Amino acid sequence: MAKILMKGNEAIAAAAIKAGCRYFFGYPITPQNELPEYMSREMPKAGGVFLQAESEVSAINMVYGAAGTGARVMTSSSSPGIALKQEGISYIAGAELPCVIVNISRGGPGLGGIQPAQSDYFQSTRGGGNGDYRLLVYAPATLQEAVDLTMEAFEAADFYRNPVMVLGDGMIGQMMEPVEFKEPVKRELPPKDWATVGTEMTREPNIINSLSLDAAELERMNIGLQEKYRLMQKNEVRYETYNMENAELVMVAYGTTSRIVKNAIAALKEEGINVGLIRPITLYPFPTKAFDEIPETAKSLLSVEMSMGQMIDDIKIAGNGRWPVHFYGRSGGMIPKPDDIVSRVKEIIGGAK
Amino acid sequence: MTVVFQRTEGLTEKPYHYCPGCTHGIIHRLVGEVLEELGVLGKSIGVAPVGCSVLAYDYFNCDMHEAAHGRAPAVATGVKRVLPDHVVFTYQGDGDLASIGTAEIIHAAHRGEKITTIFVNNAIYGMTGGQMAPTTLIGQKATTSPYGRDVVHSGMPLKVSEMLSTIDGAVFVERVSVDTPSNIRKAKKIIKKAFEVQIEGKGFGIVEVLSTCPTNWGMTPTESITWLQDNMMPYYPLGNFRTPEEVK
Repeated sequence: MAKILMKGNEAIAAAAIKAGCRYFFGYPITPQNELPEYMSREMPKAGGVFLQAESEVSAINMVYGAAGTGARVMTSSSSPGIALKQEGISYIAGAELPCVIVNISRGGPGLGGIQPAQSDYFQSTRGGGNGDYRLLVYAPATLQEAVDLTMEAFEAADFYRNPVMVLGDGMIGQMMEPVEFKEPVKRELPPKDWATVGTEMTREPNIINSLSLDAAELERMNIGLQEKYRLMQKNEVRYETYNMENAELVMVAYGTTSRIVKNAIAALKEEGINVGLIRPITLYPFPTKAFDEIPETAKSLLSVEMSMGQMIDDIKIAGNGRWPVHFYGRSGGMIPKPDDIVSRVKEIIGGAK
Repeated sequence: MTVVFQRTEGLTEKPYHYCPGCTHGIIHRLVGEVLEELGVLGKSIGVAPVGCSVLAYDYFNCDMHEAAHGRAPAVATGVKRVLPDHVVFTYQGDGDLASIGTAEIIHAAHRGEKITTIFVNNAIYGMTGGQMAPTTLIGQKATTSPYGRDVVHSGMPLKVSEMLSTIDGAVFVERVSVDTPSNIRKAKKIIKKAFEVQIEGKGFGIVEVLSTCPTNWGMTPTESITWLQDNMMPYYPLGNFRTPEEVK
C-alpha cells in the first residue's frame, strides 16, 4: 500500500474514519484544529456526521449520547479542553460505553501554552475525572504509530466498553510523516444489545446510566469495572525496549520525547557509554514487565519527560525499589535537546562511579 | 367490565418516588400518553436529567439515557445525530436546564436540533433540598436565599421560554401549566404538538411546564397549586411564543 505524507492531526482523523468511526463531535483548540477540520470535510463523504459543539463539555456529552446508541464515535481536544471533558469521560466510563478521545497535549496548567508538553500524564492515567476508573491510554511516538493505535483504539473501546485515549503532543499533531493505512486488526466483539436504539416494543427498555443509589449495587458495579482493568493489565500492555544490552543506565520516555532520547543514546554510544530505553506505548496499563528486562549492568533509571515528572511514580512502582529513579524534563513547551539529555546521563553515571 | 382509565403504555409499572402533590407524576403521564398515542414509543429515546426526575429512566417505557446535570440536550444531540428517524426527548428541571445547562439548551435550540424538551419549572431545586434556582421568584425563600430572593444580589428570575423564542432554530416554544384539570388537558395537547414538530422534522421544540414543589415550598399540595397560580403565572405567562406556521 502506498504511503501518504500527512500531518499528524489529519492522519489520526483519517485513521478513525478507516476504523469505522462515523461520528465526530469536537471544538476548536490549538494545536489540534486540523483534526476537526479534516473531519468536517471527510466525515460527510464517508456517510458520517461531523458536528462542532458549543464547548468541549458539550462535545463529550454528544459523544456520550452517540456511544449509547452503539455508534463508533470520537472527540479530540488539547489539555485544557480535555480537562473540561473529565466529567463526561467519567460518565462514559461509569455507563460502560465505548469511545475514543484524542488529546494533542500542550503546556499547562491552566491556559498554559500552545506548544507540546507531556504534562497530562496524571490526568490521562489516573482516570482524570471522579471515581474509580481508568482509560486505556495509547502514546504514539510516530505518525504511523498514531494511525495504527487510533484504529486499534476503536476495537479496544468496543471490546472493553470503556473510553480509550490516544495521547499525542503538539509535535505529533503538527508534524508531517509518511503513513500507510493498513486494515485494522479486528477483535471478536459481542453484539451491542445494550444500545439505546428504540425498543420497537419487542424488548424491555435499555437504560444507559452510571447512577446507583444502592451502595451495594454501586460497589458491585465498581468491582466489575476493576475486572476490566485487570484484563487490560494482562492483555493490553505495549512497550518497546531499545539498546538494553549491557546498558549501565536505562531511560524511560514515551511519545516524541522517546525519539529525542534515541538520539541521545546514539550520541552516548559514540563516547562508549551504553544507555538503554524503555518506551511505554500504553501508559495505562503501564508496562511493568518491561522493567524485568533491565540488565544487571544497569544501576539507575532516568525518566525523560516534557513535564515536571509525572511518570516518575509509575517508574518507581514498576521498579519496586530495585533502582534509583532520576528525572530530566523540560516544561512550558520547551523541547528537550539530545545534548542536555547526554549531560544529565553523564551527571548520573559520573555520580554513581 | 369497562375500562375507563388505565396507565399508559408509555410508563412502566414502577411506583414513583415523587412527593405527594408533585406535578412530575402528571407530566410523566402526559408524555407517556403522547408517545403512545403518536405510536412512537418503540422508536423513542429519552434523556433523563439530574434532579428529582433523575430516576425518570425507570418510569418511561422506552430506551433511556441518564445525562449529567444540564447536559441532556447535548446527549440528546448525540443520539439524534446517530438516529435521525427516532424520537429523542429530554426531560429537565429548572436547575438542570436554566442553571448549569443553559449553554446546552441554547445551542440545541440554536442548531435547530430536532429533539423535544419538556422543561419542568417549579422555581426551586427540588432534589437537593430546596435551594434557589434561576427561576426562583423575587422574595421567594429558599435554603440558599433564606431572606428571600433579592434582585440586587441575584437578578430577576430567568424567563426561559421568552429567551429561547428569540432563537431561530427554536421553532416551537410554549409555556403551559398543570395546576387545573383544564390546564392539564391543554398541556397534553401542547406536548403532543411539540413532539409532532420533531416527527415532522421541523426543528427544536420546548414545552415549559409550570409545576409545584410542595415539599420545598413548605406548603400542602393544594396550597402550592394556589401559590403557583397567584405567583408564578403572573411572572411566567402561559401561551405560545413560537410555532411553525403549519403546526399552528
